Amino acid sequence: MDNESLATLIKNRFPDAFVDFSIFLNELTLVVKRESISEIAGFLKENEDLEFNFLSDLCGVDRVESNGVFEVVYHLYSLSKNHRVRLKVYIPSNEPRVSTVTHVWKTANWHEREAYDMFGIQFDGHPDLRKILMPDEFKGHPLRKDYPIDGRQPATLREIYRKDEA
Amino acid sequence: MGLESHLGDNILTTTVNTMVNWARKSALWPMPFGLACCAIEMMAAVAPRFDLARFGAEVFRFSPRQSDLMIVAGTLTYKMASVARKIYDQMPEPKWVIAMGACAISGGVFNTYSVVQGLDQVIPVDVYLPGCPPRPEALIHAIMEIQKKIEKESVRHG
Repeated sequence: MDNESLATLIKNRFPDAFVDFSIFLNELTLVVKRESISEIAGFLKENEDLEFNFLSDLCGVDRVESNGVFEVVYHLYSLSKNHRVRLKVYIPSNEPRVSTVTHVWKTANWHEREAYDMFGIQFDGHPDLRKILMPDEFKGHPLRKDYPIDGRQPATLREIYRKDEA
Repeated sequence: MGLESHLGDNILTTTVNTMVNWARKSALWPMPFGLACCAIEMMAAVAPRFDLARFGAEVFRFSPRQSDLMIVAGTLTYKMASVARKIYDQMPEPKWVIAMGACAISGGVFNTYSVVQGLDQVIPVDVYLPGCPPRPEALIHAIMEIQKKIEKESVRHG
């Protein structure tokens, strides 16, 4: 299915949730409302003309300074149909939460944990939303633009000595 | 020497220190702690082209309990720091440490929230080996510096 017809299909199927779409370098990006992401994700995977059975990436983006939002970006690929789409949702920075897609693609589990760890985005309905990259003692979400790039937390080093000298 | 002239051609006299240090420096057993691209150079140093075996340090052990030289090759993050410390603590004495590459020395270009700004914040370091990454010859040089250091050590005082 080509990019235009895929965009049209989603626009007609979910007129209320559809926000915007763009095509750049033959890559389709769909922006949808965050309330509908779970439903649209399920449709993209289950529809037999689409069959987006592979979530190749899920990540967060900090656009708080310019737009007051975080983005969550979903890169989908269909192994059987050999086509791709990029989905985006905007979530307000004062309430950074969106529903999980782990029930659609199991691989979203660790990706969502990463986006939570790095940006503090809450994924409602996630089975086990814990930090995945940073040490347990680490406070804050280091990929947020308001987190200082050299914001080391030497308390974690003291923890190391305490643990090993005990 | 007066004594040796009486012992004949096949007997040498020496000190315990010289003897033990010679044994230690000639058979270093490295514990490879590869964290980043420096580890690739470390592997190359052991491979035939550079042949670390010429210096008696080719027996890389992946068990700290069988090693006496820890080579920390690459970027040390806070999350990995406790592992590095634990591995170091598990190595039997006497033991030596090489901080290999700019990251292990000082954090390198990674002046960031997650990177320890120098391995010596976590464990004591004997030789700092600069480079990004250092070539295998440089690692061999660092091991030779460790050997020089071992030569000067005293058995009694470690």
